Amino acid sequence: MAVIDELSLTEQTASALLALQESKKATAEEITRAFLREIEARDSEIKSFLLVNAEHALEQARRVDQKRARGEPLGVLAGIPIAIKDNICTKGTRTTCGSKILEKFIPPYDAHVMEKLGQADAVVLGKTNLDEFAMGSSTENSAYQTSRNPWDKERVPGGSSGGSAAAVAASFAPIALGSDTGGSIRQPAGLCGIVGMKPTYGRVSRYGLVAYASSLDQIGAFSHDVADTALLLKVIAGHDSRDSTSAPLPVADYLLSLDQPVKDLTVGVAKEYFSSGLDSEVEKAVRQALKVLESAGAKVKEISLPYSPYAIATYYLVATAEASSNLARYDGVHYGHRSSSHANLIDMYCKSRGEGFGAEVKRRIMLGTYALSSGYIDAYYLKALKVRRLIRSDFDKAFAECDVVVGPTSPTCAFKVGEKSSDPLAMYLSDIYTISCNLAGLPGISIPCGFNSQNLPIGLQFLGAPFSEEKLLRAARMYEKATAWHLARPKSK
Amino acid sequence: MALNQEQVQWIAHLGRLELKQEELASSAKHLSAILEYINLLQQVDTSDVLPLTHAIDMANVFRPDELKPSLGVQDALANAPDRKGDLFGVPPVLD
Repeated sequence: MAVIDELSLTEQTASALLALQESKKATAEEITRAFLREIEARDSEIKSFLLVNAEHALEQARRVDQKRARGEPLGVLAGIPIAIKDNICTKGTRTTCGSKILEKFIPPYDAHVMEKLGQADAVVLGKTNLDEFAMGSSTENSAYQTSRNPWDKERVPGGSSGGSAAAVAASFAPIALGSDTGGSIRQPAGLCGIVGMKPTYGRVSRYGLVAYASSLDQIGAFSHDVADTALLLKVIAGHDSRDSTSAPLPVADYLLSLDQPVKDLTVGVAKEYFSSGLDSEVEKAVRQALKVLESAGAKVKEISLPYSPYAIATYYLVATAEASSNLARYDGVHYGHRSSSHANLIDMYCKSRGEGFGAEVKRRIMLGTYALSSGYIDAYYLKALKVRRLIRSDFDKAFAECDVVVGPTSPTCAFKVGEKSSDPLAMYLSDIYTISCNLAGLPGISIPCGFNSQNLPIGLQFLGAPFSEEKLLRAARMYEKATAWHLARPKSK
Repeated sequence: MALNQEQVQWIAHLGRLELKQEELASSAKHLSAILEYINLLQQVDTSDVLPLTHAIDMANVFRPDELKPSLGVQDALANAPDRKGDLFGVPPVLD
């Protein structure tokens, strides 16, 4: 592994870049130019961005520099470049969801999180690659390109937010936004050796996030360390009347309390998360991490989540049922692809969707359609909703005994491009540790906890009770503070 | 349970998806494998369990019924694949 003694400008965290601007050692424009140069030089190999809007980014950066020069108040992310997953609507900037069906779609409005980033004076670099409609674990389902893992370009960065994760890991952006429906932030963060957090369902408004599975989707953050995730979460969290599921609860200053260790922290370790299928090197790193937490004052307690073996099956019914309904909007009428030849209206729908969607999206629409169809809804969809309650009550019981549940983010390190792409079920099983969190609506964070013998990063997942983000971040920080994994960067050559 | 190509064709039609012949064959194979895996759920006794649609408690949200500006006609039509004046163009709905 490669802990670098001195980080270059683009390898810095957002917090460090803010300090450099405040001490007049760098301007927002210089910082933005440095990241744009890295993207220009190396993204042809990593393929993390679908769109880079350099001119617009430099314009935003210069505006920050002017405000600073005039002594005007600045937002908390002033002059900080950020990459945005391409399923988050950006007004006037193409938003494809990694799909051919939205190849020409230019949103007429900004997502809530984009408005928040604007108010915080962040600099938006561009839109990042993803599995089509966020359905996948490797970005191989993108209609445009497969992103590469900056630690080993033969391997995937994970998914679906693989473009955002790869962009941060490759130092193309210090922070990024992603979305997480079954692990789509935490899994790529783990595989790319960075921090990725999915907040509690309802913590961040989904207004302007293109829907995949509405009861599971949540926008979250990528960064090099826990402090930057705390900083970004504070900006994007909070109630928004345009998302009726967004929680009308106050947002804490996550950064302010971050370095206070959680007193008498009890770490729950679920025995089900160390069962067969867990790679031995990943297990070793996670066990070692638990020892580090103990040394930092935590008490480690074995717990049980007995319904977790049913999480993947539950997820692929709930998520696909919701997806089949959500994706019905792509009808070739209001926006998106319309087939050029069709016999009638129904034929126009079928052909437009048949041409516009990729294989995995079609598969999930069909699975969800089947699960909701007459004669099967009780056996599939309703059954899954009942098991979902059991999974949620597993966690309710667990959080009565412990503050956080800690375990591996993924059962293995990054897999090779093409290794699982012909076997959808094998791909689904790689989400085994991340999926329950979405079904139960919990916040979860993955932070780096080591490397395997091939120098591939290993992720450590912390799960918390609903709306316990502040405690979750502090617990993760307790581990991070005692280790140096978050300072490692992949070699850029 | 295994799905044959005829069943897949029917499901695809319900989902308004036109599939090519090779897609039909691969979908039958993959969907059957996934459904077989999902049958795992039948092992779970859920006889006294209520369905959970949202993990976090949800209440109906109401807002005052007030007129507010919304997306303008030109913006709303800007992404239309077929536009006829200020309307969306569609194939004939009635014969």
